[in-house]
Amino acid sequence: MALLEMKNIRKSFGDLEVIRDISLRVDEGEVLSIIGPSGSGKSTMLRCAAMLETIDSGEIWYMGERAAWADGHGGLHYPKKAELKKVRSYFGLVFQNFNLFPHFSVIKNITDAPIHNQKRDRDEVYAEAKELLAKMGLSDKADAYPCQLSGGQCQRVAIARALALNPKILYFDEPTSALDPELTGEVLKVIKSLADLHIAMVIVTHEMNFAREISDHVMFMDKGIVEVEGSAESVFNTDNARMRAFLGKLRH
Amino acid sequence: MSFQVMMMQLGQGMLKSMGIFFLTLLFSLPLGLLVALCRMSKSGILRTIMRVYISIMRGTPLMLQLLAVYFGPYYLFGAKLGKNWRFSAIIIAFAVNYAAYFAEIYRSGIGSMPAGQYEAARLLGYSKSGTFLRIIFPQVIKRILPAITNEVITLIKDTSLSFSLAYAEMFTIAKQIAAKETSFMPFLAAALFYYVFNALVAFAMERIEKAMNYYSA
Repeated sequence: MALLEMKNIRKSFGDLEVIRDISLRVDEGEVLSIIGPSGSGKSTMLRCAAMLETIDSGEIWYMGERAAWADGHGGLHYPKKAELKKVRSYFGLVFQNFNLFPHFSVIKNITDAPIHNQKRDRDEVYAEAKELLAKMGLSDKADAYPCQLSGGQCQRVAIARALALNPKILYFDEPTSALDPELTGEVLKVIKSLADLHIAMVIVTHEMNFAREISDHVMFMDKGIVEVEGSAESVFNTDNARMRAFLGKLRH
Repeated sequence: MSFQVMMMQLGQGMLKSMGIFFLTLLFSLPLGLLVALCRMSKSGILRTIMRVYISIMRGTPLMLQLLAVYFGPYYLFGAKLGKNWRFSAIIIAFAVNYAAYFAEIYRSGIGSMPAGQYEAARLLGYSKSGTFLRIIFPQVIKRILPAITNEVITLIKDTSLSFSLAYAEMFTIAKQIAAKETSFMPFLAAALFYYVFNALVAFAMERIEKAMNYYSA
């Protein structure tokens, strides 16, 4: 069963058509990377999946159930309250600029949502959060505030925060684009460790080598369409002229 | 009149001024938040009503508003209100006036919050009210505290406008003594009272600001 399925998605901002009929599917334990130049619609696709943007047409399925769809007659169907809460619990999102809550300590950033929104047991949540922090190499930062951390540390807290809600699938929206190469490395290492645990992920990224290394499936997008997709090897060795040009520019 | 008696009377007036001050804050701070939320609501009618309300409150003198609230019920409806109406009218006029100013401060603070905070909260399953109460509002308070301090300090001095309704707060008393004794002394003493009270409030606000400095955003 597919965790996430997006069918024939279209999305425009005003006159600008950002996504032109794209479909994708993510199965359990699968890592999908979406690559491509800026403005190609990668992030928008991810934000549509996370329901931060509404779609203009197409369908979004979670866990084999149709969660949101545009009926083609201008009608837009998005889940309401209880249903929406359930659908949202399936996924977590890690932002490019972290969006940690600056007034909460690191541990509170991670534990507040499970305690208040999922009504889980406080002690259990704290124990789990401490384990997560240890995995992120941040055990000593539990009581620090986001403003006291480096960008790489912030991003690792953001990953822990998303994981604390036990999502079925994790979305990364250019998780390292705000970081220098050194900090990028430490964040990629964490994401890689999640892939090794077979946590399903969709990663929008500009880190080509990384995408190649960890992805089961890669999508190369340009101007709102999918130019090439397939296994990492097939996409990176493609004859597609647009993809070759894109990779060529990266190398120089 | 001895100096001591004068200070005693002024001190009693000061207590009444402080009463106006604290009650005004008690009502206008929450009311201002409500007005700000309505001012930013999806409903166009509500937004327009709030805009007009704020514009009237900021566009007419507070002294006039005091008179309007105090005499309005009688002139409009022939209502004869009891002895306590004077004080109630003062609190209503002050609260409604200051709520308008506070509303604009809240609005600026809420408007300055980055969209990413709302998005992160949504993704983490916070409800609308949960997002506001747990994530947005605590950060807004920190951002608007300096502007709030400004208004609070102005309010201390504005309480003296109650003299226009002959309410026996400090400034009214100072005027009475000054007229009776033909002395400028009561005004100087009143100034000192206001200044000291102001300094205390400013100090308290500074402490609150410092307490919120445990993080920077």
